[in-house]
Amino acid sequence: MEAAERADVYVAKVPWWRQSRWEATIAFLLFIAPMIIGLGIFTFLPIGWGLLISFSDARNTISIGNWVGFDNYVDILSNAEFRDSLVTFAIFAVFIVPITFFFSLGLALLVNSVGFGRGFFRSVFFIPTAISYVVASIVWKMGIFSGLPYGFANMVLYWFGSDRVIAWIGETDPPYYWLVLVTCRLWLQVGFYMIIFLAGLQEIDRSLYEAAAVDGAQSGWTTFWTITFPLLRNTSIAVLLLNFIAAFQAFDEFINILGGVGSSGNISLARPPLVYLYQIAMGQQDYGRGSAGAFILTAIIIFVTIVQGRIFGFGQRS
Amino acid sequence: MSGLSRDSANARVLRTDVDRRSVVKSMLFAGGTLLFSGFGRADRAVAQDNIRLVHMYHQYGEEGTEAAVRRYAEQYTEENPNVEIEIIWQLGDYGQALNAALLTDEAPDVFEHGTRVPVDLVRQGQVAPLDDLYTDEVRAGFNEVSLASATIDGSIYWVKMLDDTGCIYYRKSLLEEAGVEPPETLDALIEAAQALNTGRQKGLFVGNDGGISGLLGPLCWSANGRFLNEDNTAPAFNTERVAAAYTKLRDLNQTDALLMGAPTDWWDPSSFIQGLAAMVWGGLWAMPQILREVGAEDVGVLPWPKADDEGTPATFWGGWGQCVFGKGQHIDAAKAYVKWLWIDNTEIQQDWNLGYGFHVPPRIEAAESAEPLQEPPASDVAGFLNDYGVVDPPQWTGAMGTALQDAVTRIVREDADAMTELNAAAETVQSELDRLQEG
Repeated sequence: MEAAERADVYVAKVPWWRQSRWEATIAFLLFIAPMIIGLGIFTFLPIGWGLLISFSDARNTISIGNWVGFDNYVDILSNAEFRDSLVTFAIFAVFIVPITFFFSLGLALLVNSVGFGRGFFRSVFFIPTAISYVVASIVWKMGIFSGLPYGFANMVLYWFGSDRVIAWIGETDPPYYWLVLVTCRLWLQVGFYMIIFLAGLQEIDRSLYEAAAVDGAQSGWTTFWTITFPLLRNTSIAVLLLNFIAAFQAFDEFINILGGVGSSGNISLARPPLVYLYQIAMGQQDYGRGSAGAFILTAIIIFVTIVQGRIFGFGQRS
Repeated sequence: MSGLSRDSANARVLRTDVDRRSVVKSMLFAGGTLLFSGFGRADRAVAQDNIRLVHMYHQYGEEGTEAAVRRYAEQYTEENPNVEIEIIWQLGDYGQALNAALLTDEAPDVFEHGTRVPVDLVRQGQVAPLDDLYTDEVRAGFNEVSLASATIDGSIYWVKMLDDTGCIYYRKSLLEEAGVEPPETLDALIEAAQALNTGRQKGLFVGNDGGISGLLGPLCWSANGRFLNEDNTAPAFNTERVAAAYTKLRDLNQTDALLMGAPTDWWDPSSFIQGLAAMVWGGLWAMPQILREVGAEDVGVLPWPKADDEGTPATFWGGWGQCVFGKGQHIDAAKAYVKWLWIDNTEIQQDWNLGYGFHVPPRIEAAESAEPLQEPPASDVAGFLNDYGVVDPPQWTGAMGTALQDAVTRIVREDADAMTELNAAAETVQSELDRLQEG
């Protein structure tokens, strides 16, 4: 029987704003208030302000009011440098996303199959995620891939008998700096995606493998291709998506490895969209165009995310 | 049944006057209020007429500079006890930090700016005009070039602290061994770099990017080009001769005689001192350290050589000047401080210019009487500044610099046609100039 109909519990028919639940609601609002206020001040307000700035001509200032409509957007889209930066990003994504995917999946499979010391290996591969991109970029740039004969990479080449001293970051023919950039990011982020894959792997029911063994399937490639990989579909899609967005936001290693006070000529070698917008906003102090570019970038990311979700059917039950 | 009794139990709890939950709620509220109230901004004025000026410097590479500026500030406070100076020694990328700080109300009251004062900064009111500090006498005592790079619409917006310039440092012994004469033309420089390249020790160092940013100006000027024309109304770098000069930079890059990937950049002398390259494009500021470590007998200097037979050697007329923040609260006090430091106090000016690195004092009298600049090679480089120094005009904005630099990057790195690229960059520069003239 409904509670309202029982004789010994009397719940008056009061309007909703006088129900006794309002105290719980107030408590709820109070407890989430700090987070919502923080989110509002530090995330939503800047996004809104940025949108307003993108419609005004804001040089050396972040105040709004000098409205120019869509001029900033047109400026950025018609700029060859911006389009070049999108191409750079596309090249970068084509390299980094599959390579990261395969490395992290491979590592996850290996770590999962290790009998002893799994926690140790997990930690070892995950620790680079905790390292700042700036620190890693500087180590890569000045310690491992410096252009001097006693830089680590050049010394390794020397041990293998080569006489050449390669300036890894400055040379453009062939473009060795891509090797530096991709390996740096790979080292930093493979551990993170490996953990995601490990979680996905551990959700697969062991009994499936036993059933497959009974049916005569060899353990190894066959079981991987027919059981493991299909069941990892949602995880794979999530990893690909996260990877793609992270590649879109690539900034730290590009500006630290290719940049430098006094020799900014290397930055245009491989300039992803965020570095380009940084140069516009912070370097040329044109915050209007920088904000416009940021919103265009956001729109592109959202569009690609939606398209990718549709194609891969993200979220559907496998 | 259990659900109902839970419900009524909760209802009972919620209706009591004072209970655990409401105590926690009110504590949270009170604690939050206290916490957030502590974030109020401390007032700039410490006491009634005590003034606190914030003074921002970039990180000078030479030893002793930070201690020196603090000493000057203390000296000022001794003579003017109601003014307290806070020094910010900005590490890393000074330009970005300064630009970010100037956007807020908490910008430094006094700050330095390199090479020139950009027009955009002045238009936004972020720099105060200092015309009242420049009496006729004071104005005559300063080098005209130093004043020109900060004169916008007739007003002067800084007081120049020091003048910087660059030169090629070379090791005389290495040149003699290789049988190479100190190069006087760009072609000779390229040949010399190749002759001096021994694999482990490269021939020339012009920056980790192959000279694209460091030589952007000198290459243009050495072919008798300029960034902007005389009235600063149109670009003047898109000439055939300048295109040829930038093409030679490409040739230089392709010789493999350039040092790249050094741990520090061209403005730091360690590549020269450690013998990573036989010739280095460096700055006058590094000379004391170079003379100390390498020895004056082995060090020779050259200006950046002329690009072709009709060209002239070139070097940049750079340096740093003090500006006063135009939207600050203590503009008069800041102006008085700047006047005391950089106009009246000759002793401090000489100490600052010559005690740590070498710079040329912008006051004519101080420059002529400065002892360390009387002997070669320092006197040679001071001569380069006066004879061949070229300054960036205030109308040359960051956007123009990026456009030109991107063009040169494509010329040097992607074998693009120099004239086409320069013309494309000139279009961008022209539209920027139009915007500046409108606004």
